[in-house]
Amino acid sequence: MTRHETFPTARLATVRPISVAILAMGGQGGGVLSDWVVALAEAQGWVAQSTSVPGVAQRTGATIYYVEMLPAQDGQAPILSLMPTPGDVDVVLAAEFMEAGRSMLRGLVTPERTTLITSSHRSFAVGEKEKPGNGIGDPRVVVEAAGIAAKRIIAFDMETLATKNGSVISAAMFGALAAAEVLPFPRSAFEDAVKAGGKGVDASLRAFSAAYDRTREKPRDTVSGEPEKALPPLPDHVGHAALDALVTRIRKELPAEAHAMAFAGVKRLVDYQDVAYAGAYLDRLAALTALDAAHGGAAKGFAFTTETAKYLAVAMAYDDVIRVADLKTRASRFDRVRREVGAKGDQIVYTTEYMHPRMEEVAGTLPAGLGRFLEARPKLFRAMDRLVNRGRRVRTGTIGWFLSLYVVASLKPIRLRTLRHEREMAHVAHWLDVATTALPQDYDLAVEAIACRRLVKGYSDTHARGQSKFDRVLAAVPMLTAKPEGAAWLRRLKQAALMDEEGKALDGALSTAESAYR
Amino acid sequence: MAERSFAREVQDLKLGEGEIFRGEGILAITKALLQSGVSYVGGYQGSPISHLMDVLADAKDVLDDLGVHFESSASEAAAAAMLSASVMYPVRGAVTWKSTAGTNVASDALSNLSSGGVTGGALVIIGEDYGEGSSIMQERSHAFAMKSQMWLLDPRPNLESIVKAVEDGFALSEASNTPVMLGVRIRTCHVHGQFVAKDNKKPAFTLRQAVESPKRDVNRIVLPPAAYVHEKEKLEKRWPAAVAFIKERKLNEFFGPTEGDVGIILQGGMYNSVMRALQFLGLADVYGNSVVPLYVLNVAYPMIDDEMVEFCLGKKAVIMVEEGQPEYIEQSLHTLLRRRDINTKVSGKDLLPLGGEMTAPVLIKGLTAFFETHARVLLGNRPPLPDAAPVLADPKVKALADVVPQRPAGFCTGCPERPIFAAMKLVEKELGEHHVSADIGCHLFSILPPFNIGATTMGYGLGPASASAFNVKADKRPISVMGDGGFWHNGLSTSIGNAVYNKQDGVILIVDNHYAAATGGQDILSSRADNPERSTKHPITDAVKGIGVKWVRQIDRTYDVAKMRDTLREALTSPESGPKVIVASSECMLNKQRRVKPQFNTAVKAGQRMVRERFGVDEDVCTGDHACIRLSGCPSLSVKHTDDPLKDDPVAAIDNSCVGCGNCGEVSEAAVLCPSFYRADIIHNPTGLDRFLARVRGAVISFLQRRRDSRRVVFPA
Repeated sequence: MTRHETFPTARLATVRPISVAILAMGGQGGGVLSDWVVALAEAQGWVAQSTSVPGVAQRTGATIYYVEMLPAQDGQAPILSLMPTPGDVDVVLAAEFMEAGRSMLRGLVTPERTTLITSSHRSFAVGEKEKPGNGIGDPRVVVEAAGIAAKRIIAFDMETLATKNGSVISAAMFGALAAAEVLPFPRSAFEDAVKAGGKGVDASLRAFSAAYDRTREKPRDTVSGEPEKALPPLPDHVGHAALDALVTRIRKELPAEAHAMAFAGVKRLVDYQDVAYAGAYLDRLAALTALDAAHGGAAKGFAFTTETAKYLAVAMAYDDVIRVADLKTRASRFDRVRREVGAKGDQIVYTTEYMHPRMEEVAGTLPAGLGRFLEARPKLFRAMDRLVNRGRRVRTGTIGWFLSLYVVASLKPIRLRTLRHEREMAHVAHWLDVATTALPQDYDLAVEAIACRRLVKGYSDTHARGQSKFDRVLAAVPMLTAKPEGAAWLRRLKQAALMDEEGKALDGALSTAESAYR
Repeated sequence: MAERSFAREVQDLKLGEGEIFRGEGILAITKALLQSGVSYVGGYQGSPISHLMDVLADAKDVLDDLGVHFESSASEAAAAAMLSASVMYPVRGAVTWKSTAGTNVASDALSNLSSGGVTGGALVIIGEDYGEGSSIMQERSHAFAMKSQMWLLDPRPNLESIVKAVEDGFALSEASNTPVMLGVRIRTCHVHGQFVAKDNKKPAFTLRQAVESPKRDVNRIVLPPAAYVHEKEKLEKRWPAAVAFIKERKLNEFFGPTEGDVGIILQGGMYNSVMRALQFLGLADVYGNSVVPLYVLNVAYPMIDDEMVEFCLGKKAVIMVEEGQPEYIEQSLHTLLRRRDINTKVSGKDLLPLGGEMTAPVLIKGLTAFFETHARVLLGNRPPLPDAAPVLADPKVKALADVVPQRPAGFCTGCPERPIFAAMKLVEKELGEHHVSADIGCHLFSILPPFNIGATTMGYGLGPASASAFNVKADKRPISVMGDGGFWHNGLSTSIGNAVYNKQDGVILIVDNHYAAATGGQDILSSRADNPERSTKHPITDAVKGIGVKWVRQIDRTYDVAKMRDTLREALTSPESGPKVIVASSECMLNKQRRVKPQFNTAVKAGQRMVRERFGVDEDVCTGDHACIRLSGCPSLSVKHTDDPLKDDPVAAIDNSCVGCGNCGEVSEAAVLCPSFYRADIIHNPTGLDRFLARVRGAVISFLQRRRDSRRVVFPA
């Protein structure tokens, strides 16, 4: 064996390397960032070592890069670690906000040592996106935790900043690192490292510089949960007689608490159908408000009316082919598409819609009698379905296809006589009936019953599945009425229904509820 | 062509005497091979050693200059068999693969090779895929070294040490007529460091000389009686020769004071972590000075008994730091001390965990317990240890566990395999769930959300073979999936041939993305690219038909979800018996984009008419049910919060990374999802005709839009 002897009395050096952990997802340039950090340290005469465990994480998974650096001493190179030790990391760079959360869960961020530099943007994981409801993790939990774990926090949207400067997030993060002054190197040394990298130097330096300044000026963005809903207050008047009449009705017939939501509902329904249809909405709402007031609504802030204002509008503005054709052919939509795809100057944009009409949709759009007539003849119905039921690539920017959609959208006047409308209204009637039956005995439960409407969404099969979940949850209302925790249970059932597509979570929750209340 | 170009790294291979090499560990090994006068290199790509193969594939001029033959082997077995060139001839050869997966495949050849022994140095570079970041079963390659009597090097994880290990490895192999394994862990392969380079060496004896003046010796062939002689040789000649060489060349290292009550024995690869742990305990410093004696096994096998005894004698206790299980070295150490009647206490897996990585916190715990028992005084006044526990115990930090999402690896944006599994999902909805045998490759991501398809995976190219027991009368057929990589690696014979011969009545889906994509986009036989170095463009369907499959369907655009679904349905319900093979082909999007994007940009700059496609979602049509995401999981298809007060749930949204593969539209159409998706064709540099048509269409459409808007009564926005 080769002997490298030291004497037991030898004085041990007390210096420690500076350690930097980079948490990123595949494709975010975490490798580039760690290369820059290494090049920076080496150019300053330090010894630097980086490691990573990309593995399969290079395809969208989360991964970690780790860098340590220290000058050599009397020609003796330091022995650097290949992995971070929890509680012993100086800088954590997180390329996404939940990755900052992950770094804290791994114990890499501790209040004695760690500067946490993180982008505040979110890139949602599959688990968050696939939920039928809202599966998005609350970023405020990360903010709270960082307040406990980090010595210092730099957090802003580095992704957007980088994109604005024509570069990628790694360059912005490197700029934030330079401005944080946690590494003992001047700004120019950071920039030299980027230049030495040789690829997309100008754009990288722009993003670097912007992030550097941003870190100096305003190192932390406030991270909120969900963005505010656009719920403007009820205006005095809008300058159109028929519309003003609706506004006045809201003010006179509904409690103040429900004004903003009812106004949103009216706006939607005028846009969806016409002024008269919005009037019909207000008729229903006014009747329900009276019921609300009679059962102690004032003490509850008219929650029942407000919730109904929201979901009744959603229910009455059900998504049908007329609506889709209308939305797809609007001038504002053409402009929005151009903006969204980033079309410039003389570039021409055409859209292709992926539609798959079935006989069900056709029958639904016919006058109710005719639609039922067809449905009662399965053979005929199936034969017609074979003609209709196929994927259609609708090129909305061409005259022929535009005209077809335009014609479908012009069916609006017959909408209220269609089979679909008849069915939707029957469904609404049943739903309101269940809620109003519960109202006198259990106010909170009735409010929750209204909110169950959230479960009905999507098109075709997805819509049918949502509908059936809605029916199952609503069917539990009589069982829960006037029971302790009844409203909370109904809310739980609704949440469970939003957990997965097949309704497995709902099955479980329902059987638990049944065993508790039956 | 590989996923990325290694042109810059190739320059590093040309460094000469005294120049500083700066780069990744696995590339340092590549350079070390050339410095050692290697004649031939082969291997099979896979993390963490892919880059060794990729760089050499791009380094034709360097290799030609040196007269080095490089081969992308069909499998690890082929690579290991390649080493037989060193049996009779004094040529140095090296092969590499991911282990233990690759070593399993190679072990037939390795057993034969090590039985007969070698003349020229034979080096097997093992990427030990163990611990964090690993993609395979957690096992040790050590067992292969022991059972076949090959030597296993496990150098300290710095570039200088691993480069030296390559050079030592060849010399050791030649001195002991035994193939040598050089094990490097994941982080070591990816570690960035530096070493002083030497000139590359041309092999003294060339392969051409060998093949033109062949030599044979029947005693080197594994057949009785030679096989018995080999065993004797191993025990009486090669093993003692290796031990003598390792001792004489001082391959193992000793650090710290000569005297001491206690000592630490460790695998070379554990050195940096052990030093860091000792540093935290106040027993070492960052520059390598240690208060505790350390015996570092840069040779993990064989054990050098005399060195071991010398280290243990006079010590009250030693602790063996050995990663993974079983603890082979520790067991041998016990045997050794018992046989020599030495009463030094041996600790190891009694204090350290049996499985998992030896991280600094794990070592701090184990070593502290060791010192507390045997050398309490060493721990002194105990400096404070890094400790995240108080922070982790805070309820606000604990709360993170509920919101920080798992990020399983998944298909890339625009991946052509996504629509295949979307189609499988659709078929499942019609015909019910089926037993699905999965394989190794990108397509294995189907087992994760959102697809959740795939029951077992038994190895590379073994998907269909692992469904063979289900060849029984039943109302449902088993489905097996295999990639093009696995197909050529060994699937053609082991899975397809097996299915034909045994009349396996199942469905075999071969995912052909034109590359070995999961390992970095290397070319394979069926790649569609022109590759001057290799023979490509051999269709999988030809091979499948050639081996006797009658029912074969080729799908040339996997994004056609409806066709994919119909073909699968047909295969599952067809009255035809025997294997039904569907070859689903579309180019790996990662590689395609690398190829196509620059071409597109150049064409646009040159003023050519080009059409870019990307997808979008009409926010007001989307109801936020996310059914599309459950059939896709594309990174560019995400969700966003909306400010619409009437919408509770986030709506679908497609970001700018969309490559316009078409999957979204096809899926929503085939699954009758919803009409919110649109494809936007963006015409760059439109022609005169384009502009004319756009003007005419625009005029008519905006007339109609104005007409309707003028009649519409709406609240002002």
